[in-house]
Amino acid sequence: MSTALIFYLFAGLTVASGAMVVSARNPVHSVLWLILCFFNTAGLFLLLGAEFLAMVLVIVYVGAVAVLFLFVVMMLDVNRAELRAGFLHYLPLGGLVGAVLLGELVTVAFAWNPTESTAALTRAPFPDPLQVTNTQALGRLIYTDYIFLFQTAGLILLVAMIGAILLTHRRRTGVRRQTIADQVDRSPRSVELRKVQSGRGL
Amino acid sequence: MTAMLEIGLSHYLTVAAILFTLGVVGIFLNRKNVIIIMMSIELILLAVNLNLVAFSSALHDLVGQVLAMFVLTVAAAEAAIGLAIIVVFFRSRGTIAVEDISQLKG
Repeated sequence: MSTALIFYLFAGLTVASGAMVVSARNPVHSVLWLILCFFNTAGLFLLLGAEFLAMVLVIVYVGAVAVLFLFVVMMLDVNRAELRAGFLHYLPLGGLVGAVLLGELVTVAFAWNPTESTAALTRAPFPDPLQVTNTQALGRLIYTDYIFLFQTAGLILLVAMIGAILLTHRRRTGVRRQTIADQVDRSPRSVELRKVQSGRGL
Repeated sequence: MTAMLEIGLSHYLTVAAILFTLGVVGIFLNRKNVIIIMMSIELILLAVNLNLVAFSSALHDLVGQVLAMFVLTVAAAEAAIGLAIIVVFFRSRGTIAVEDISQLKG
């Protein structure tokens, strides 16, 4: 009973804030609704027993991705009224496609049920939650069976980081910056080299 | 009434389906702001993650959660690169309206 109540609370808030993300007038409000949506989805993950993913969602999505969105939205000074133009123009088409998509997905969700062979296909069954926590079980799986995927994920993040820095980095003109190589360089204008004959002096 | 109170797999799948649809409709409706479109893509990826975790919980299989974690990683990388591209584009063009982004058109 209480589980159902909590589920409906989280699910309702997730869907409502998701709707606000796409329909809010101000992009900053959109980002804040997105953060609420992430929090409530983390609550749903907790209900499903995926504690580690719930915490990762809060840390990575709310702490990093949403704040990144917030920074970019605030950095780009865009005209709000102009951005919302054409919202109603595309509503009939978007609503139609959305309704068809939702109908199909919900039909699949309620028509799906496991057969007898489903249990035999389990790759990594849940360990006893009283002995092994969710985080520990996930770690055991990631660092053994999925080690190469895990390394690839790290590589993807590295490439993304280098790419983002490379894209946004720019050399400004008119800024005095330190160039160590020029300063320690023994160039003709800083040092004069003379050949001194022995016994003569300069 | 009992179907309403007993929370099963299909309830979670329905929530994920609604979230996915909201993301797709968001892409349709916001033809002016690329950032809102990127947020819609985040919503879609979140719905996929919810599906993966729901199935993982229903089938007692941890692999779904591992997969959801990798989807999370790729989503974070995508957001970082996408926002960097938007910032660079805004610097050179002064706009992020979707209709004005037609440089790649042949």
